[in-house]
Amino acid sequence: MKAKKGAISVMMGNVVAANAARLCRPEVVSLYPITPQSEVAETMSGFVSDGSLNAEIVEVEGENSAMNVCRAASLAGARTFTATSSYGLVYMYDTILETAGFRAPVVMVNVNRETPGIHAVSSGQQDMISTRDAGWIQIIVENNQEIADQIVMAYRLAEDYDIQLPIMVNYDGYYLSYLNEEVEIPLQEDVDAFLAPLKDQPKRPRIIPGKATGAGTHGMEMGYVEARYKHWAAMDRVKNKVDEIDKAFGDYFGRSYGGQIEEYKMADADIAILASGSAAGTAKEVVDAKRAEGIKVGLVKLRLFRPFPEERLVQALKGKKAIGVIDRSVCFGWKAGPMAVELKSLANKLGTMPILSFIDGLANLDINVPHINRVVDEVNGAAKGKPYQEVTWIPLE
Amino acid sequence: MVIKYKFQMQTEAPWSDANQKMLALDTGGWRTERPILDKALCNYCGLCSIYCPVQCMKDKGDHYEVDLTWCKGCGICAHECPKKALAMKPEGDFTNEG
Repeated sequence: MKAKKGAISVMMGNVVAANAARLCRPEVVSLYPITPQSEVAETMSGFVSDGSLNAEIVEVEGENSAMNVCRAASLAGARTFTATSSYGLVYMYDTILETAGFRAPVVMVNVNRETPGIHAVSSGQQDMISTRDAGWIQIIVENNQEIADQIVMAYRLAEDYDIQLPIMVNYDGYYLSYLNEEVEIPLQEDVDAFLAPLKDQPKRPRIIPGKATGAGTHGMEMGYVEARYKHWAAMDRVKNKVDEIDKAFGDYFGRSYGGQIEEYKMADADIAILASGSAAGTAKEVVDAKRAEGIKVGLVKLRLFRPFPEERLVQALKGKKAIGVIDRSVCFGWKAGPMAVELKSLANKLGTMPILSFIDGLANLDINVPHINRVVDEVNGAAKGKPYQEVTWIPLE
Repeated sequence: MVIKYKFQMQTEAPWSDANQKMLALDTGGWRTERPILDKALCNYCGLCSIYCPVQCMKDKGDHYEVDLTWCKGCGICAHECPKKALAMKPEGDFTNEG
């Protein structure tokens, strides 16, 4: 069975996210507006007021309450949706941890923005990186179509009985949030059909009014160890499930994204670039141009950041002569960006190739074609035995 | 990876309906002292059992015996015993964990 062709519209990323969330029929929506996410909040409220979404909007005074509302509603069995960014994400940090720990399958859009520390109202992935150990599934998408499709896939993943975890769908603030792109919005009946298999699964526990519930009593001694282990093991199961759901989505809607990672011209590549988000789109252009010059370069687009796609990355990158990792955030305390640090933890399985870390695109500075050209040239040099730097701050050097 | 441990919680999430088995903490592990009974002094009044916060004094017919799996070593039983039949002794004096 195939989905029918949806309507083609030109929409900014935030409006796309709201439309995709609407199609998944969340029952409780609680979000607090913040730049560069505000249109998600505005559009969701609009859908409820014009009757196109039958959901309860809980108006809150801040993001901490928004996440508490979503977690509570989720534990009561509701499908929930929220969205945030940057300061909002860190303002809900304690309850992000609780939501993951309680295994509430909340779906949240996080529009990537630089974080507190320096008052940066600009794009960057530091916000999601700062919550990478919260126990959430974290996925990064590249363009507006992928925002729509990934949000639909996110519900199928988060609410899967074998998973039961919250998921953060990340896209670049400013670059995608305010970018108007052509997008095919799936039909309601097709999204319903794609999410229908969830109804055939066993029901997860939920709070039932009038019945006693034990919550918060399980977190001591071996109870804590049990819960942490189950959560950790579920995170490991997420990896294959992401691939399965991506394939099912592709079979039905005709669009798929590679699951945990997208490999672009990797099969015969000598050297590889690892990038994520909208920068991966630019990197594909560079890969094509560099291949025309005779450099056999490929791209791995990291889609799943938590859990980290260890097996797929080893499969894709093993035996390459050198790898360059482009990070849109900073890892304090390591001489590499966060994704480069994580990739390096696979070094014993990847081989002995140089892994070069590049930090670029902080605070709305573009990760543009000349920058990625330079990444490819330096990685290519390292592959040929030239001396190289472990980490390069591209805008500074 | 082989997990030998037998999980106590039946649900995937760390919370459940209260009619399901909840986690029981092995509170005996918290103990630094344990109550030792001098049977000659005990008059089987049962006050130690009534006052015990974790209710771990077992009725043995002519005296009460502490269940060391749960006894936290708080000493309330010894404090309340009108006959001073119970005395708290440091755990270091014993080789068994009870």
